[in-house]
Amino acid sequence: MQWEVVIGLEIHVQLATQTKIFSGTSTAYGAAPNTQASAVDLAMPGTLPVANEQAFRYATMFGLAIDAEINRRSVFERKNYFYPDLPKGYQTTQLAQPIVGPGHVDIRLENGAEKRVRIHHAHLEEDAGKSLHEDYHGMTGIDLNRAGTPLIEIVTEPDMRSAEEAVAFARKLHGLVTSLGICDGDMSQGSMRFDVNVSIRPQGTDQLGTRTETKNLNSFRFMEAAIHHEVERQIDILEDGGEIVQETRLYNGDRDESRSMRTKEEANDYRYFPCPDLLPVEIDDAFIDSLRSAMPELPDAKEARFKADYGLSDYDAGLLSNNAATADYFEATAKTGGDAKLAANWILGELSARLNAAELNIKQSPVSAERLGTLVQRIADNTLSSSGAKKVFEALWNGDEADVDAIIDREGLKQVSDTGELEKLVDSVLADMGDQIEQYRAEDDPKKRKKLMGGFMGPLMKASKGQGNPKLLNDILQKKLEG
Amino acid sequence: MAISREEIEKVALLARIRLEDNQVGALEKDVGNILNLVDQLQSADTSSVEPLAHPLDATQRLRADEVTEHDQRDAFQRIAPATEDGLYLVPRVIE
Amino acid sequence: MHDKTVAELARDLEQGTVSSVELTRHFLDRIRQDDTRYNSFITVTEDEALKDAKAADDRRARGEATPWTGIPFAHKDIFCTDGVRTTCGSRMLENFVPPYDATVTARFRDAGAVCLGKTNMDEFAMGSSTESSYYGATVNPWGDNLVPGGSSGGSAAAVAARLVPAATGTDTGGSIRQPAAMCGITGLKPTYGRVSRYGMIAFASSLDQGGTMARTAEDNALMLNVMAGFDPKDSTCIDRPVPDYTANLNEPLKGLKVGLPKEYFTDQLDDRMAGQVRAAIAEYEKLGATVQEISLPNTHLAIAAYYIIAPAEASANLSRFDGVRYGYRCEAPKDLMDLYTRTRAEGFGEEVKRRILVGTYALSAGYYDAYYLKAQKVRRLIQQDFIEAFKSVDIIMGPAAPTPAFGIGSKTDDPVKMYLEDIYTIAINLAGVPAMSVPAGQIDGLPVGLQLIGNYFDEARLLNAAHQFQQATDWHTLTPAG
Repeated sequence: MQWEVVIGLEIHVQLATQTKIFSGTSTAYGAAPNTQASAVDLAMPGTLPVANEQAFRYATMFGLAIDAEINRRSVFERKNYFYPDLPKGYQTTQLAQPIVGPGHVDIRLENGAEKRVRIHHAHLEEDAGKSLHEDYHGMTGIDLNRAGTPLIEIVTEPDMRSAEEAVAFARKLHGLVTSLGICDGDMSQGSMRFDVNVSIRPQGTDQLGTRTETKNLNSFRFMEAAIHHEVERQIDILEDGGEIVQETRLYNGDRDESRSMRTKEEANDYRYFPCPDLLPVEIDDAFIDSLRSAMPELPDAKEARFKADYGLSDYDAGLLSNNAATADYFEATAKTGGDAKLAANWILGELSARLNAAELNIKQSPVSAERLGTLVQRIADNTLSSSGAKKVFEALWNGDEADVDAIIDREGLKQVSDTGELEKLVDSVLADMGDQIEQYRAEDDPKKRKKLMGGFMGPLMKASKGQGNPKLLNDILQKKLEG
Repeated sequence: MAISREEIEKVALLARIRLEDNQVGALEKDVGNILNLVDQLQSADTSSVEPLAHPLDATQRLRADEVTEHDQRDAFQRIAPATEDGLYLVPRVIE
Repeated sequence: MHDKTVAELARDLEQGTVSSVELTRHFLDRIRQDDTRYNSFITVTEDEALKDAKAADDRRARGEATPWTGIPFAHKDIFCTDGVRTTCGSRMLENFVPPYDATVTARFRDAGAVCLGKTNMDEFAMGSSTESSYYGATVNPWGDNLVPGGSSGGSAAAVAARLVPAATGTDTGGSIRQPAAMCGITGLKPTYGRVSRYGMIAFASSLDQGGTMARTAEDNALMLNVMAGFDPKDSTCIDRPVPDYTANLNEPLKGLKVGLPKEYFTDQLDDRMAGQVRAAIAEYEKLGATVQEISLPNTHLAIAAYYIIAPAEASANLSRFDGVRYGYRCEAPKDLMDLYTRTRAEGFGEEVKRRILVGTYALSAGYYDAYYLKAQKVRRLIQQDFIEAFKSVDIIMGPAAPTPAFGIGSKTDDPVKMYLEDIYTIAINLAGVPAMSVPAGQIDGLPVGLQLIGNYFDEARLLNAAHQFQQATDWHTLTPAG
């Protein structure tokens, strides 16, 4: 049977606020355990929440970016359940009246077609702490630094039909929230976490199949693998005549395994009700308009501008515009370097390869945009050959603190581009190659002539000690041979 | 309205309160009586009434995004039942 | 010295006829001698109090005294006090010493008041008799076998027994007014949002309100001057100017429009209680007030709405007591579920557990609309009753409690019987309006309270009306024999 895959996502996005959603505690990453857990975060008796305005700004900006309705009135509710990383015994979240109503995100598929993914809603809520399962005498350790970090949970409609679509959507969303500056996008630190709802149904049918939810995927690669894994698991079950159980599953990306998270405990009954410690939040048109007028350029607009202003290809413009940090890096490099296409090639080529290999993001690049820009400039003005440029890049990557020009001088990488000097050089080399010149001139086949021409370039480059501008040498040589 | 023994047990589990077998009967009676008391609610016509969550119908004041809290871990953990290396300890959580 | 009011003690301190250290020692001595009988304190903080008294005297010497500098008083043990054990009447918090102050606590501290200790209360403020305290019942100074009312029964008894001139209380469904009535003192529950709830351990967040308990209306006004005001740490606290509540105490009452809800004066009301209340109202007429009958037609629904909303909110508010970060933890839990269920079974008393179960049930799937949502709708009907009534009257009057103090143990076996104690006070919390109980008579030698209910933020008018009544009568000056 042909199966159709149906995927919906729930994405938790940590907002890049300075403080928690209901307390003035720092949200900076990496502090020692429980040093960023105040009385409110610890749910000390009598303490009360006060909502962070910036979280509402960021959620509203997200809503504007996905063309959603912004609800003028939103209400926090309590979602009741016991867990050691949840200090109050309830999570403060939004249910019936979320801040962001229905919207949409358009993605581009590999075949170039556009597809619209509908957003059901996005709501504000607080993150939980972390359980550390290393052995503390058979106990679990609880760190509540993360408890109360503001999140928006974005819930899509089940509009995606393959793992590839889901990943394209996830990447697009990542680009959106980082471009908006509402999330640092650092997935390795859990800044974006994906829950994937997957079901399958016979191709051509309308009824949705029973879905499973795979929770807490924090890389695009694991998300893609988890979907493939789950689709295969469901197909195997259905084709063996079994039934899918609606359940939450955990995926282990390192082993490509998943297992059910079902426990013997009772079915959840979260007993939502409006939080009496918080009042309904009302935002007005002025609040929304001020955010709308200050919206940063979003990836789609950026892509169009990169194509128009820099003459980039669809592909390069798409890659460079989807991540705000990458886009900023590119524009800074292009500005210094003066040649945008060359800048794009270096960023998407050498730099990306090196960053990936070192598992760094572009903000952590050891080569600053300005230095890469200077390198690009020296390639564009013929100071550097491509092999010379690679040597300079290598030095920059390894933390050479000297100026780009100083490195070029020090390493003797500067190309000779003085035509008079190069002509003398060509003349002196050709003086000893009479036979070859005869042979070349006697050849009629252009292909063979070209090959013979290559026989002169080696000695020429050698004579110039590798510093002759190859293109100029080639031009001069051709002129002399034809002469 | 009466409440069954099973319902008492289910609610006690949701609320994470252990009940001894000999407590359930008394609770069945007491909670049942309380539910009878509150059943008067059903006599009210509230068909066109908006629920009231707060007596003043006020709206939420929002706080500036500024750090006002500082590390007080030692003070907080001095009153904690079990900690180690700055972590609160609980019996092993199995995911 | 202990028969003096806060206002009188403040004058004595100002004139230098007594020092705060002397006052503090005097009241501490009384507590040491007499409180073995009343059990009105859970914790007495002698050392801290004497230190604070010394500091208050020094402050006064520097010319920086406020009206409260050096005045001894007590806090209900529901207000967190930095460095002082705060139990909320529960085993759950037997060893809980908060490293922070409630806003109310901090305000008294800043004013230089001297806290002598933490008063007894029904566990987590759930009760009307102070019998559900883990630290034993409080005894009413008016009779050895009588409850002081509750949940702020420790504060009421301590003030009535002249162990302190004033004490804080909290009122979720009558927990200031009913014990004030039963102990013959004056108590005020302010408008919801008038006093910060930060650091006041929550029972039912949308109903809880901190308030004042003392012998006179004037002392209540002095207390409210310290307690009232905006607090950025409480989202439900209202940002609105605070008047000097003592400023209008002496305004004549001529033309004051008093409403008597016919729903309060039915066959249900005990004849003798009705007689006392009517006599007090006649006194108001003598003072120039005009009296009219009004209707609060949804009064009969208040208990039902309250006993859904309060337990529902409490069921979530008390989830934080899980044995993980502070408070009681059961011995040797074998797993996480055991930690939770045994900690909470052993740490909470019977009434608290009952209310958590009722609240959990009312919020659980399938019942939310029929109970919680319905109760919130009824709550609006009740609020509308008051809004409507205050279009034609200034103050609503009625009994504060259905009977004088009742016997210890007489209602503990039937929770519903106990709940009906709050029949005249509960609707006020649902509406969020302010109300007082003022001593206004006796039945069989036991004090009776008159309840004065005001419009939103009309505390000054209530205090004025209570003060004028106290200028004309001496019920508030009667002292229990002990």
